[in-house]
Amino acid sequence: MADMKIGTYICKGCGLGERLDCDNLAMIAEREGKSNIVRQHDYLCSADGVKMIQDDIDNEGVNHVVIAACSRRAKTEAFDFDGCAVSRVNLREGVIWVRPDEEELRETTQEMAADYIRMGCAETRHMNPPHPNENRGHEERVLVVGGGLSGMKAALEAAKAGYPVTLVEKSGRLGGAMADVWKHIPTRPPFDQLVDNPVPALAKEIEAHPNITVYLNAHLTRTSGAPGRFSADISVESGETVTENFGAIIQASGFKPYDLANLPEMGGGRIPDVVDQMGLEKLAIEADGGPIKRPSDGKEVKKVVFVQCAGQRSDQEGHLPYCSGHCCLTSIKQAMYFKDQNPDIETLILFDDLRTPGAPGEDFYRAGQDKEITFRKGKVTEVTADGGSVKVRFKDLILDEEDTEQADLVVLATGMVPNAGVDIEALTKPNVEGESEGDEAGGEENAEGEVSVPVESILNLTYRQGPDVPQLKYGFADSHFICFPYETRRTGIYTTGPVRRPMDAEQAMEDATGAALKAIQAIENAKLGRAAHPRSGDLSFPSFRKEGCTQCKRCTVECPFGAIDEDEQRYPVFNESRCRRCGTCMGACPVRVISFENYSVDTVGQQIKNVDIPDEFDEKPRILVLACENDAYPALDMAAMQGIHYSQWARVIPVRCLGSVNTIWVTDALNSGYDGVILMGCQKGENYQCHFVKGSEMAHYRMSKIDDTLQQLNLEKERVATYEVAITDIERAPKLINDMAKTIDEIGMSPFKF
Amino acid sequence: MTDYNQQMIEKYRENFLKEVEHNVEEGEWVKMCMQCGVCSGSCPFGPYWEHPPQELFMMIRAGKRDEVLKSDSMWMCTSCYNCIARCPRGLPITHIIHGLATYAKRLGLAPKEQPTAKFAQLFWDNLTKTGRVNELKLGLALYFKVGEGLKTALENKDLGLAMLKAKRMNPFELVGGHKCKDIKGLHAILAKAEEIEERKIGMKA
Ligand code: SF4
Ligand code: SF4
Ligand code: SF4
Ligand code: SF4
Repeated sequence: MADMKIGTYICKGCGLGERLDCDNLAMIAEREGKSNIVRQHDYLCSADGVKMIQDDIDNEGVNHVVIAACSRRAKTEAFDFDGCAVSRVNLREGVIWVRPDEEELRETTQEMAADYIRMGCAETRHMNPPHPNENRGHEERVLVVGGGLSGMKAALEAAKAGYPVTLVEKSGRLGGAMADVWKHIPTRPPFDQLVDNPVPALAKEIEAHPNITVYLNAHLTRTSGAPGRFSADISVESGETVTENFGAIIQASGFKPYDLANLPEMGGGRIPDVVDQMGLEKLAIEADGGPIKRPSDGKEVKKVVFVQCAGQRSDQEGHLPYCSGHCCLTSIKQAMYFKDQNPDIETLILFDDLRTPGAPGEDFYRAGQDKEITFRKGKVTEVTADGGSVKVRFKDLILDEEDTEQADLVVLATGMVPNAGVDIEALTKPNVEGESEGDEAGGEENAEGEVSVPVESILNLTYRQGPDVPQLKYGFADSHFICFPYETRRTGIYTTGPVRRPMDAEQAMEDATGAALKAIQAIENAKLGRAAHPRSGDLSFPSFRKEGCTQCKRCTVECPFGAIDEDEQRYPVFNESRCRRCGTCMGACPVRVISFENYSVDTVGQQIKNVDIPDEFDEKPRILVLACENDAYPALDMAAMQGIHYSQWARVIPVRCLGSVNTIWVTDALNSGYDGVILMGCQKGENYQCHFVKGSEMAHYRMSKIDDTLQQLNLEKERVATYEVAITDIERAPKLINDMAKTIDEIGMSPFKF
Repeated sequence: MTDYNQQMIEKYRENFLKEVEHNVEEGEWVKMCMQCGVCSGSCPFGPYWEHPPQELFMMIRAGKRDEVLKSDSMWMCTSCYNCIARCPRGLPITHIIHGLATYAKRLGLAPKEQPTAKFAQLFWDNLTKTGRVNELKLGLALYFKVGEGLKTALENKDLGLAMLKAKRMNPFELVGGHKCKDIKGLHAILAKAEEIEERKIGMKA
């Protein structure tokens, strides 16, 4: 910006005025920080203080604001100045609260504060006020892929909120698997009477809704674009292809029941009177309230045994390792089919751990017991045909003994297999890695070494990263079951229902409502040219300097969200509305040409450079801490609130994600005399907590190569440390800093001070 | 074994759980147990029972009629009520346990030499005779019929003397002893109660 005018505002409230020499800080802001205006205020966050700043913006033309007060995580609403680049200098949580209030420590505390002022001013000099991205779409229509229970519910919820919906279903009717279910688990207290299947009512509601277009016998042949401007080719029943535009996509492609034939030892696929839960639903629908008859000879069932966890929660080859979550409740429901019709029918549920999640859970279990369904904790070892009946051999786990039961019908509670399309990570993975990797991803297709059938893509995305959304675990399409439900790693595309994790019908409907809200969030943010999530509303976006780019593709490959495509000359093409603003691309770029208006290699690099590095003989080391602003930085803030102290040598810089850390920062810091560098990011790997999924992992990977640099500089390895820090590490995070201070004490000061 | 036992075997055949529901005090609660094991873990005697409460309930569901009714487990309960206080499912466990013991005794299946079972009978006979517990006779009966006779009696000699001194025990109780005012009436009440109960569980028409 041509006419940058910096205003630095120093707060004297919250004890800052007493602990620090604010006049000295003001002088530094002016002389070294090159601020045009410097003011102090007794309570900067008060209406009066904020007005003082706003007046300068309005009357003096201040467009870069440096707030030297509390942490950037505090008072965000007060210090929100439209159209200005705002830097926060953390004097409270970052300085006075982490240092003891002692006379002899005043000097180093003041030095800490002075450095942070220098850093804040340097940061703002390299920032521009962000403006919304221009490359935005205004499409409001929601595409729902899959017309099962979750898809129907998502479509209805989005439509009711005022967004037009197109629902694409591959079969010839709505309802998916749940259409073939006789009764449902009650949703209201006292949770003891089965209720009607909600599918027909929902289907009617959808047909009657003016804002929902349904395509049956249809599928997607191509999907491209970004939030606010997706475009999809839909192959419809007539054989034609319809192209429509969408603001967001909800993928509700559901599940397939686990193949019974994989369980021959339990009679699956071998004994006609051994069925799975969907098989029992079929029998119940046929009976329609009358006596349920078994498939083999139509005999009325007088005794039925349910086998829980059949081929599930098992590490046996070809079994599902996870719990499908609904099956215990479903078996109780199905046992009630018998008991409600005739209380004398014997119903036995053999369980390992009876799991009844959700609101009806315990009450429904109790209702089942009350209806005299028998529950026994036991592990089934074998199911065989025995004359006219089926024999179930099992080990009773309470009585610790083998037992058998004869039944007319056996129902195996098998699991759900997600219908998530192509596993794009398996596609890119070289095959030489062995089968274990393929297995996990390929789900049942790879069982028993069968030739794997090519899985059909659901979305047929034109993204360079592959045709479907990435899978998280066991083939379920999600990016974090707890922290970011629905959010796939493709912004604007949300998964819901059993395709993202196993769940029952009630949960699927609730889930669909959540996904509809996410889709709406993406649409609305896209319209305004802002980030969807997790930095919801962020206006900044990455751009690159084409002249400098070497077309190395690092950014396109490392972006965890598939936000970067390539043009014909293999230059990166950023899709701003797909971008989550993590900065991983910025950290990746070896020639450092990627930046955001308000966050760049310079905004951080200059902070590092502007710290005052005392000469070696002063015995005042400097420790650079690059802390993830999502977890590590809040942990340090909270430590400050609890009065936990850390070393006066630390200079902490928050980063968007550890993935945005460019190794040049570390190299520069070491070159300019820092004695130690600490990187704090979120947990990486399988149970990652990184807000940007792969950011922390990328950073750890890049830092694993820093040893070479250290060697070249002839510096000790211990001077650089990378940690995984959780938001709850309130005591550990400061300790890591103190540990580094101790290490420096032992190995001595860096020789690179000038 | 009694005819009544045979009768019940035939009546309920495979379904012991039903039998318990119908004939045991609070037996209809057994099906509600969720096998959490809190009762067994809470019972101060848990480690000494062959089948602690949770297991007994499972055995009932598994149809182990003989093993349950002939077991001495139910006779171990001291009525401390720990289990009732803690059962998350609200089962009146103590009552069910006593119910099972009573039922086993009616069927003639209770273990013959089980000390608590024997003492329970002594206590009952002692009490119902006069309508008052004769502590001296009860104590002696306990020593000689359940305990090891003279040896047990001598072991408790000091306690007995102290009780005499403190006037907590009257030596003249040995002859006659005190009684309630209307013994006849009491016996009539007990007889009626027994009749009602026997009818309820099908011992009498
Ligand atoms: S790496 Fe992060 S900041 Fe860069 S394009 Fe991808 S999502 Fe956006
Ligand atoms: S990482 Fe940098 S040099 Fe490589 S393609 Fe991306 S912008 Fe170009
Ligand atoms: S505490 Fe209650 S529910 Fe748990 S095992 Fe005992 S009786 Fe059953
Ligand atoms: S009441 Fe009986 S069964 Fe229950 S904890 Fe006490 S001794 Fe054990």
